[in-house]
Amino acid sequence: MSGEYEPKIIAFCCNWCAYAGADLAGVSRFQYPPNIRIVRVMCTGRINPNFILKAFQLGADGVLVSG
Amino acid sequence: MVTFTLNGRQVEAEEGSTILQVAESHNIKIPTLCNHKALEPAGLCRLCTVELFDGRRTRFVTSCNYPVRKGIEVKTDSEEVIRHRKMIVELLLARCPNNDFVKNLAAEFGIEAPRFKLGDDHCILCGLCVRVCERMGIRAIDFSGRGTETEVATPFKVFTDACATCGACEFLCPTGYIKVSDITRKEVRPILSEFDEGLAGRKPIYVPYAQAIPNIPAIDRSVCSHFINKGCKICADICPAGAIDHTQQDEEVEIEVGAVVLATGFKSFDPSQYDTYNYAHHPNVVTSMEFERILSAGGPFGGHLMRPSDHKEPRKIAWLQCVGSRAINPCDKGYCSSVCCMYAIKEAVIAREHSKEPLDCAIFFMDMRTHGKEFDQYYNRAREGGVRFVRCRVHSIDPMVESEGLQLRYVTEDGRVETEEFDMVVLSVGLQTPPDVADLAEKMGIELDHYKFARTGSFAPVSTSSPGIYVCGALQGPKDIPFSVMEASAAAGAAASGLARARHSLVKEKTFPEERDVSAEPLRIGVFVCNCGINIGAVVRVPEVADYAKTLPNVVYVQENLFSCSQDAIEQLIGVIKQQDLNRVVVASCSPRTHEPLFQETLRSSGLNKYLFEQANIRDQCSWVHSNDPDAATEKAKDLVRMAVSRASLIEPLPMPSVSVTPAALVVGGGVAGMVCALTMAQQGFKAHIVEEKERLGGQALKLNKTWKGESIPEYLSKLIDEVTGHENIEVHLNAKLKEVSGFIGNFKTTIALNGTGEVRELEHGVVVLATGAHSIKPDEYLYGKNDRVFRWHELDEAWESDLVKNAGSAVFIQCVGSREPERPHCSKICCTFSVQKAVELKKRNPDIDVYILYRDMRTYGEREDLYREARALGVIFIRYDLENKPVVTETEGGALKVTVTDPILGRPITLEPDFITLATAIYTRGAEELASLFKVPLSQDNFFLEVHMKLRPVDFAVDGVFVCGMAHFPKPIEESIAQAQAAAARAATILAQKRIDVEGVVSTVDQALCRGCGKCVEVCPYGAPELIELREGVKVSQIREAMCKGCGACAVACPTGAAAIRHFTDTQVLTMVEAALGG
Repeated sequence: MSGEYEPKIIAFCCNWCAYAGADLAGVSRFQYPPNIRIVRVMCTGRINPNFILKAFQLGADGVLVSG
Repeated sequence: MVTFTLNGRQVEAEEGSTILQVAESHNIKIPTLCNHKALEPAGLCRLCTVELFDGRRTRFVTSCNYPVRKGIEVKTDSEEVIRHRKMIVELLLARCPNNDFVKNLAAEFGIEAPRFKLGDDHCILCGLCVRVCERMGIRAIDFSGRGTETEVATPFKVFTDACATCGACEFLCPTGYIKVSDITRKEVRPILSEFDEGLAGRKPIYVPYAQAIPNIPAIDRSVCSHFINKGCKICADICPAGAIDHTQQDEEVEIEVGAVVLATGFKSFDPSQYDTYNYAHHPNVVTSMEFERILSAGGPFGGHLMRPSDHKEPRKIAWLQCVGSRAINPCDKGYCSSVCCMYAIKEAVIAREHSKEPLDCAIFFMDMRTHGKEFDQYYNRAREGGVRFVRCRVHSIDPMVESEGLQLRYVTEDGRVETEEFDMVVLSVGLQTPPDVADLAEKMGIELDHYKFARTGSFAPVSTSSPGIYVCGALQGPKDIPFSVMEASAAAGAAASGLARARHSLVKEKTFPEERDVSAEPLRIGVFVCNCGINIGAVVRVPEVADYAKTLPNVVYVQENLFSCSQDAIEQLIGVIKQQDLNRVVVASCSPRTHEPLFQETLRSSGLNKYLFEQANIRDQCSWVHSNDPDAATEKAKDLVRMAVSRASLIEPLPMPSVSVTPAALVVGGGVAGMVCALTMAQQGFKAHIVEEKERLGGQALKLNKTWKGESIPEYLSKLIDEVTGHENIEVHLNAKLKEVSGFIGNFKTTIALNGTGEVRELEHGVVVLATGAHSIKPDEYLYGKNDRVFRWHELDEAWESDLVKNAGSAVFIQCVGSREPERPHCSKICCTFSVQKAVELKKRNPDIDVYILYRDMRTYGEREDLYREARALGVIFIRYDLENKPVVTETEGGALKVTVTDPILGRPITLEPDFITLATAIYTRGAEELASLFKVPLSQDNFFLEVHMKLRPVDFAVDGVFVCGMAHFPKPIEESIAQAQAAAARAATILAQKRIDVEGVVSTVDQALCRGCGKCVEVCPYGAPELIELREGVKVSQIREAMCKGCGACAVACPTGAAAIRHFTDTQVLTMVEAALGG
């Protein structure tokens, strides 16, 4: 693996907690790497295991389900 | 607009802008020392020199004050330009060879040693200080001297009184040369942040605190330079929205109202007057409010636990309780502030969580008053987790000589004198009404009590002495957040009862144009990219993102906005949607959590279904978190816009269903809480059914005699029962039990069965209030049930006039019987006050009687502390016991009682021979499980009903339309039950007052053709929204009751056939974003 490897991460975030947490990180001006793309869902109960597999299939290097 | 060439590229710029400004907007960096956006450019440092060709000749000009002109060619980094700049920096380094700022600057330009004669100055004569001082309207300093003699100085180079100590010069000086202390002898006083308790500073223009409403800056005229010296107004220049108007005046506004609610809150006690605590003189003695700010992530230390004196992380912290509470001599605050025990424990627990190293926390207290719901469990956990609790009132705090620590001397329970050093001490300061409360009371014509809290009666706990004026929160008496929130609703309920006729009379209804049918239209997506002032635009290259959006499929219109949420931008957005026939709208701006409702309403105002909106969060989750990487942030913003557009292509209009509301309430329980709740709703014009399982109304209050304030409960109760039974809107169902419940918010159906008669009634109602009360246990200790001189607490009231009680020479009360024990860890809250009240009454009736109260912690919270003090003054003897060493009750053969208890002061057992014993037995609920399962509401560990949020929604359940009040929620005295009943009524009325309730459109749906009725969705749904219905014989399918669905989508995941789906978040609508995110 080269030193320039930048993983692509998909995050499924619950609207009520983790997504709000991601907003709070912004309000608090926390800095984090820009590799993550957040997909908002109304509840992590909505995350079908297939979503995670699909994300990997489409080329994600990591999937974060947070809620 | 002017077109010219900048570093070989054709650029457009507004007329009048300078080369420097245009270069900056194209992310071309030009170094400058003397330029500042708040000041007129001066061209003094000459570091911003650029090469300019005007068609005839090449010149070198200062870009900061050279306006762009058509056709010029500018080079900002040609060899010649760089050579020029190096020379300037070399000269500066020769002038200031020992200044760090200049040395760093020189290093950036690769200059090590200047070739010129060295000086020893620190001023680079950039003139920022001089110009800003002038801008502030002061002119205390200026350039003096000529040529090499030029310097920044005050007139005659002496200290000047003209300086306003605003500090602007010192703030702008790049080299650190200028100091206010060199200009004036006046003292520089920082403006301390009120919200941060003076631990941090604030500016004259400031947002008072992060949660302020409205969350916009205010100008403090008393310290703003403009209002003092007529200068400055820099904020107005810089505000991109042009929102600052210094000419605004205070306005007097007259409002006609039918009721007033006073909720002015408390001011924490100032412990400066306790000189032995050294609060005023030692920075490491802080108040609990200051400590709250220290712990806060948004506080002065960013949430890092450190002590003020040296910003070191403390290893040992002490809390001293009852500072400004339960103290008459030093401060005339005889009452208990009710909240400090709990907050001190919370602070200790959180401090230990924040601390990287092990932290020793010790709380010095007299009685641990954790009488709230699940508070005792929290106390137990803190103790087991290692927080030390020391029962001692500490007399003084001594500063250490050799360190910045503090020394406490205290006496342990076994009588040893200990000396211990702490790194910091937190004073748990009490609550008091603000100093201007007397003024307010006089203006409003309301009475205050002797502690300056609003005077209220137990039976009307939120009504002041003046009709129509209500009170809630700490103005009514010291209390915590849950009770303040509850009283707030109670005050609203009480006010609404009096104003029922006027309901809806001042309502203006917002109307929307008819919704456009977009189903047959091809996709026309509009993308609006927001700069959010500079919040997004300073990091993300918004024009680039907007250009990119134009290339995305189905996007027909793209626009950049400065502030998308401003009123004019919203109006413009409505116009654009109509003109461009947009049928999907994407706004790339802030978080949908804060702004989606606003934009959705905008869509509705332009005739679109609100669900045709999608937001890309390029601020909170992009520009703010990647502010040091504009390239990556811009790329990410493009990805987020692409994801939003791809989702926007798939979203569909959704119905916005609403359900009708039956304007009636079911109140389960006919005690004081149930009756007050029903009456409060009935007075507002809503029908109320009271269902009581006993044969009469009244509940536990039937057994009680007097409130702790001395008011007669039987008198109140009979009046209340008359009022309830006589009210046309109230129907009372006695001897009745709930059988079956169905339905949801606005539309419940409940079947009740009448005991013995076999009669069944069906009630239709829009809301439910659970007010089923609680009971006291029948203990099997202390000879209860075996000796008839051992009472439970209310049995004493019943035996009050008996010879045994009347002629008794000695009485014993035993507290915490069955409460605060491992099998029932909660505090029953009302027993301490009850026993002390009874002891006082006994003593008053017969001063010769010996009364002993055996207790664990005396919890006469709030102003009830007066009663405790009175009892001691009357000679009631209080003996504390521990759970490990409980009193022992025995009887002689003749039936005489003996109580043996270890006196903690004597350290040895003593024996009492009372004529009777009263046991303060624990309060518990009976039959709560059954009701909980009928209404699908949860219970706490102690089997009391569990509200949705203990602090902020104290009478609501997670199930919409169901509420709780009274002792079913937690043990509480009658005045608190009444307040909570009024609160539940007020909350319920918010539903009953509506004809229809809008239901969220993002709900589940079941395709019944695909459903095979397996019931998996019913199993997983936490809200009971899906139900199986029989489509025809033997064929069951699932159906979603939309009013109960919260849109979580768990059913869609559980469904094996794909019949259940969640609207607006279908598989394809979610996965298209994943695809777009990864496919860019």
